[in-house]
Amino acid sequence: LYYQVLNFAMIVSSALMIWKGLIVVTGSESPIVVVLSGSMEPAFHRGDLLFLTNFHDDPIRAGEIVVFKVEGRDIPIVHRVIKIHEKENGNIKFLTKGDNNEVDDRGLYKEGQNWLEKKDVVGRARGFLPYVGMVTIIMNDYPKFKYALLAVMGAYVLVKRE
Amino acid sequence: LRKNVEDFTGPRERSDLGFITFDISADILNGKNGLQTFIFDWNVKQLFLYLSAEYSTKNNALNQVVLWDKIMLRGDNPRLFLKDMKTKYLFFDDGNGLKGNRNITLTLSWNVVPNAGILPLVTGSGHVSVPFPDTYETTKSY
Repeated sequence: LYYQVLNFAMIVSSALMIWKGLIVVTGSESPIVVVLSGSMEPAFHRGDLLFLTNFHDDPIRAGEIVVFKVEGRDIPIVHRVIKIHEKENGNIKFLTKGDNNEVDDRGLYKEGQNWLEKKDVVGRARGFLPYVGMVTIIMNDYPKFKYALLAVMGAYVLVKRE
Repeated sequence: LRKNVEDFTGPRERSDLGFITFDISADILNGKNGLQTFIFDWNVKQLFLYLSAEYSTKNNALNQVVLWDKIMLRGDNPRLFLKDMKTKYLFFDDGNGLKGNRNITLTLSWNVVPNAGILPLVTGSGHVSVPFPDTYETTKSY
């Protein structure tokens, strides 16, 4: 039993190290995100996985796909930058819009907020894999599935060593 | 890649609003190391094309505004031949930097969306500079 626990702990801490390592290397607090809505169709669909980087010196330019969070909300939004106004000192304010939406994102921003700033950005979309993120969405929508999955994984770890 | 434009500006109390009509005639190719290949290969799902205006003003050192965009799916013709297009989005400046601005550069760029993999942003070669007049138009209808 001791070895099983140790083995399990090794797996968990390796996974954690890889995740934290990714966060450092990409500069983004959330380097892998799942697309939650259809607002960027037909490029991205619900359930697609996006890989982000967030290097401080990377300029934000019109046309780029950014993932941002509205102040006070936890949900990351994946949309395209359609307007930027940047001052000489590097201060930038920008506007976003989902490809599949009729209007820009002003309706999504905070009350009275008309522009986003660098601090709202979680990262820039650099690469993507389709469908792979569906697992996370299913687990969110059907928590029973999440518990079932955890139970199965737990059982597997215990049984494996016999 | 060629664009021709005309322009007017409209007065707004706090920010300049510009109007541009344009033609685009372009052939979208993949240029790598001097070789040009058909852009829609097995891993390209679609292209997100956009026409952006880039300019400097007293207020802001760099401004970029997307005026028009189009999604080109795999299977669509990679040649564009559009005439007399109006901008899809309103061209507002953050301030009054359009009046008398002689150097607004219009460029066509596109985002390659693969079936899976890296998302590159490509800028087309060729761009057009548009000057805005020194006075506002008050009567033009758009």
